[in-house]
Amino acid sequence: ARAAALEAKVSEIQAAAAERGAGGLSLTAPAPQPGDGYGLGRSALAEEIAAWDVDVLPDGRGLPEGRGDVFTGEEKFAEACASCHGDFAEGVGNWPVLAGGFDTLARKDPVKTVGSYWPYLSTVWDYVHRSMPFGQAQTLSDDDVYAIVAYILYSNDLVDEDFELSHENFADVEMYNADGFVVDDRPEREYTGWRVDPCMENCKETVSITMRSTFLDVTPEDGGESVMNDASAGSGPVFTAVPAQDAEAGTEAPASDDALIGDGERVFRKCRSCHQIGEGAKNRSGPLLTGVTGRTFGTVDGFKYSDAFEEAATEGRNWTEEEMAAFLENPKEHMPGTRMSFAGLKDDADIAAVIAYLKSFDG
Amino acid sequence: AGGLAGAAGANGADPLITETQDWAIYTGAGVDETPYGLPIRFEEDVVRRNVEWLTASPISSINFTPIHALDGTITPQGCAFERHHSGAIELRKEDYRLMINGLVATPLVFDYTDIERFPRENHVYFCECAANTGMEWAGAQLNGVQFTHGMIHNMEYTGVPLRTLLNEAGLGAAGDLADKWVYVEGADASSNGRSIPMEKALDDVLVAFKANGEALRMEHGYPVRLVVPGWEGNMWVKWLRRIEVTDMAVGSREETSKYTDVYEDGTARKWTWVMDAKSVITSPSPQSPVRHGHGPMVISGLAWSGHGQITRVDVSRDGGMSWETARLGKQGDSKALTRFYLDTTWSGEEMLLQSRAMDETGYVQPTKTQLREQRGENSVYHNNCIQTWYVNAEGVAENVEVS
Repeated sequence: ARAAALEAKVSEIQAAAAERGAGGLSLTAPAPQPGDGYGLGRSALAEEIAAWDVDVLPDGRGLPEGRGDVFTGEEKFAEACASCHGDFAEGVGNWPVLAGGFDTLARKDPVKTVGSYWPYLSTVWDYVHRSMPFGQAQTLSDDDVYAIVAYILYSNDLVDEDFELSHENFADVEMYNADGFVVDDRPEREYTGWRVDPCMENCKETVSITMRSTFLDVTPEDGGESVMNDASAGSGPVFTAVPAQDAEAGTEAPASDDALIGDGERVFRKCRSCHQIGEGAKNRSGPLLTGVTGRTFGTVDGFKYSDAFEEAATEGRNWTEEEMAAFLENPKEHMPGTRMSFAGLKDDADIAAVIAYLKSFDG
Repeated sequence: AGGLAGAAGANGADPLITETQDWAIYTGAGVDETPYGLPIRFEEDVVRRNVEWLTASPISSINFTPIHALDGTITPQGCAFERHHSGAIELRKEDYRLMINGLVATPLVFDYTDIERFPRENHVYFCECAANTGMEWAGAQLNGVQFTHGMIHNMEYTGVPLRTLLNEAGLGAAGDLADKWVYVEGADASSNGRSIPMEKALDDVLVAFKANGEALRMEHGYPVRLVVPGWEGNMWVKWLRRIEVTDMAVGSREETSKYTDVYEDGTARKWTWVMDAKSVITSPSPQSPVRHGHGPMVISGLAWSGHGQITRVDVSRDGGMSWETARLGKQGDSKALTRFYLDTTWSGEEMLLQSRAMDETGYVQPTKTQLREQRGENSVYHNNCIQTWYVNAEGVAENVEVS
């Protein structure tokens, strides 16, 4: 009794909460925004904007005047960049490799360098100018940046050794992967296919482990390197869909009913030329079948039945599942005199499926 | 009956109850001992961790939120993951300046006090690095949900809508806003800059200065950072110093050479900003094994979607053959973490645990197979696959992949 009282109290609280939610009973209001602003802040001065607004756009806007050649760039690169990126921009340790990697993008572990991957030269200039060298950002002169970028292009075989890069020829440099990018197309390619009702039961026959974690302990308590995992994929368990002893219970599950109903819908195609079912169903050459299970034979309003069905109606025979199954298997044998010209369903599974389908409209 | 499975079911009387304990005799800490508190020392393992060999230097690197040890949805600032490109900087409020320039009527400079004078809002949002779960593209790698899914945090932000600041500078000069962009950059040495389409900038982007009620931590961009709800964490520029209205995407290093997704044929997707629906079981998981006996068990995890609200999470214990719908905990805003629970029982059977999130657009979190069919294994970013934990009869959990 206490449990029942508690349960009642909980559902009362939940109902009240749901009501508050449904009524949108939130007092939260967005920040106001007058059209003419608040008059806060001050105008930025031209020299302030010039100091901070140094980004360079893909079309070259934002570049300062200047120039630098490959030869100078090699010197500057050795001084400022090579400790991390290597003398030939090949990368040191985990630091980024800047050169090569052409034709690796479609391979396992692509090598994404300025040469193989970066679509815009403006990005290289902007990044070197603004964020490099690591730990000494914004210390390079504009000409140094032109020279270093020229050397990076040279190390990627994109220009010759006598090349000089300047604000004048900047736009003429062609980047290898300029056309290698497409705008996010997940909505068309993925979302349409993945916005579906997910499977709940019997989604796979068996499941086994195909791969186990490469590492066992990523950050050991007492320090030191990550610990690798010795276990192999084959040593794991195999899960099977329906364990033998549960096989019967499995057919009772609601989701397998759904599958059965789906099968039944396909079987019902054979019936559709004469029978309608569901909301707004009407009598055709056969009576409407909405709510047929458990109904007394021959009692759909407005349908003109054969004598055989009229007789069954007076006897009070009901459409039990057994009656339905027998009728569907061989209509003329089960109900001699029926006007239904259908030959019958040979497959018991089809009969069970279509009965499930008919029952699904009983609600 | 419940007592049988619990620790209190020990033989004989429990001395923790029958004997008077020290803490019941002597006094504890005074209110003047810890002006700003830390978690009790028994929780000292609940910390951010980094993986040394992942990056060249811890200054340009990432660490991971200990999501295996948290519950609810709000991430405490002190253990919320960090990602820096040139280290976390100390920038005083007094030294803080924010510039708005480019295609605006009046380029403006604000100081910190100006920011706090604009009408502000509070919202809870998740911030997920685009590379979260990125190590798992080529297979099960790291044994721990902190490492596979810990590049995420979820906080209540206080901030000024970006549209308010843009309006202050006047967007009339920009003409048609449809093809305009906002370029945002930070004050640190990496000056990490990203381009955001104007439509998003005018929608729900916040210029935030408080998180979970207190000032931002240094490592999260003190004193002011950008909050770009539902979109990849790299765009949430920290130490925000400049907002420029432009007529094209800048194509900065962080939006071309990085944070673009390479597919099997070598072409790459760019402008993949939104973080798709995703979920993961945080307990049990490799760092949070089943430590109790058979009987009642709570399976718990987190779900989120950059497209809006989480509407449902299903849990499978058999590697995806069958699913049960989990119970959702209290939800935050749209684009915030949602906690889910499956209240169940465990009899020591081996499990292949998975969770599967659905969001308000009807999107269903994909399997690893589905993702790889679309993108191959070289994408690095945006891996929102269904994760599997193998839990053995002892309750030990391991990161695995299944057929």
